[in-house]
Amino acid sequence: MSQLLIVAAEEMENPLVPPIPELVIGLIAFVIVFGFLAKKLLPNINKVLEQRREAIEGGIEKAEAAQTEAQSVLEQYKAQLAEARHEAARLRQEAQEQGATLIAEMRAEGQRQREEIIAAGHAQIEADRKAASSALRQDVGKIATDLAGKLVGESLEDHARQSRVIDRFLEDLEEKAEAAR
Amino acid sequence: MSADPTQVLAFETDCHIFDGCGFPAPGLHSFLFEPLVGDADSSVYFNKTMLLALLGSVIVIGFFWAAFRKPKVVPGKLQMVAEAGYDFIRRGVVYETIGKKEGEKYVPLVVSLFFFIWMMNLWSIIPLAQFPVTSIIAYPAVLAAIVYVTWVSLTFKRHGFVGAFKNFTGYDKSLGPVLPLAMFIELLSNLIVRPFTHAVRLFANMFAGHTLLLLFTIASWYLLNGIGIAYAGVSFVMVIVMTAFELFIQALQAYVFVLLTCTFIQGALAEHH
Repeated sequence: MSQLLIVAAEEMENPLVPPIPELVIGLIAFVIVFGFLAKKLLPNINKVLEQRREAIEGGIEKAEAAQTEAQSVLEQYKAQLAEARHEAARLRQEAQEQGATLIAEMRAEGQRQREEIIAAGHAQIEADRKAASSALRQDVGKIATDLAGKLVGESLEDHARQSRVIDRFLEDLEEKAEAAR
Repeated sequence: MSADPTQVLAFETDCHIFDGCGFPAPGLHSFLFEPLVGDADSSVYFNKTMLLALLGSVIVIGFFWAAFRKPKVVPGKLQMVAEAGYDFIRRGVVYETIGKKEGEKYVPLVVSLFFFIWMMNLWSIIPLAQFPVTSIIAYPAVLAAIVYVTWVSLTFKRHGFVGAFKNFTGYDKSLGPVLPLAMFIELLSNLIVRPFTHAVRLFANMFAGHTLLLLFTIASWYLLNGIGIAYAGVSFVMVIVMTAFELFIQALQAYVFVLLTCTFIQGALAEHH
């Protein structure tokens, strides 16, 4: 019974001849799948994949922008720092120069004052010497006259003659002093 | 089995070795199903393969519906799996063969084809169904026909009538006197043999795979008597091995089918040289 059926089935059906109803159902089944995927589901996922790609690229761009900014800020700071160092060095140099000038000025001023003081001293000494000299001369003359008057016993009234005698005496003294020196 | 509606399995369950009963070998009859509804002679009927085909569509759509209905930029697990499959076909098959610019248009077709065929093949090892829908020639044939119409119409659209004829025949003046013969062979190969082999490659692989599985399954049961039990064990191990092998072949054949589809489309787009 079974064998007969098998033989009958093989006679009826060639496995390479497609039965029409199966063809139709196969077509319907595939078209349904294709319709859903092509019209709804794949566009859905494509949109999301695109969004994801953009999100990733946006993130990268943001990071790059941040890095560029950080770099520029760093350079700015470095430049500022270098400028500050330069400024400090300049100020120090200037201060040193100013200090040196100041010292030189002070020194010159001191020198000048010293010289002034010395000159004033000298002048004072000279003046004192002169005053002393003239005072001494008068005193010596008067003492000598008095002495001579006492010795001579008479006053040397004649003033003019007296003066001449004194002067001559003094000159003799001076000459002697010169000679002794 | 075709004429016995009470028979559910592909073989007779009361037949064992040493019982004076011949081995109920699987054959063409294993691929014939009594209609669940309607009459086989009237060609208006509904049988198991049709049910599996439609159910397979529902499963494929259901899977992608669940994964891609509300896709997120940061994907969940299901979306990630579906994306991996989608990306594999899109980049690994379409972009690789047709190129990104020209291929984008055909991505939905190729993705649908791959997952539809894979599901139809997978029925082979899904318990209770256990029948690869693609081992009925009608299903690969209709898919191959869709592909055929796509690339042939594309060739005409792209190259015009003369250009398309040159494309189909592989027209090349340098062939000299053998040119007519070469053109005839190319025309035959491209327009007639190509869609046939495209469909039969998938059909035959699934047909043979199912036959092998049936053979070892039936043998495991048939040998389960007396000393035959030892052989039944070996046969059962083969069932497991072949099931794993079929799992691989199912995915591979679906891949080969869509890869060929892309190659045909690429050939249709290519400038004739």
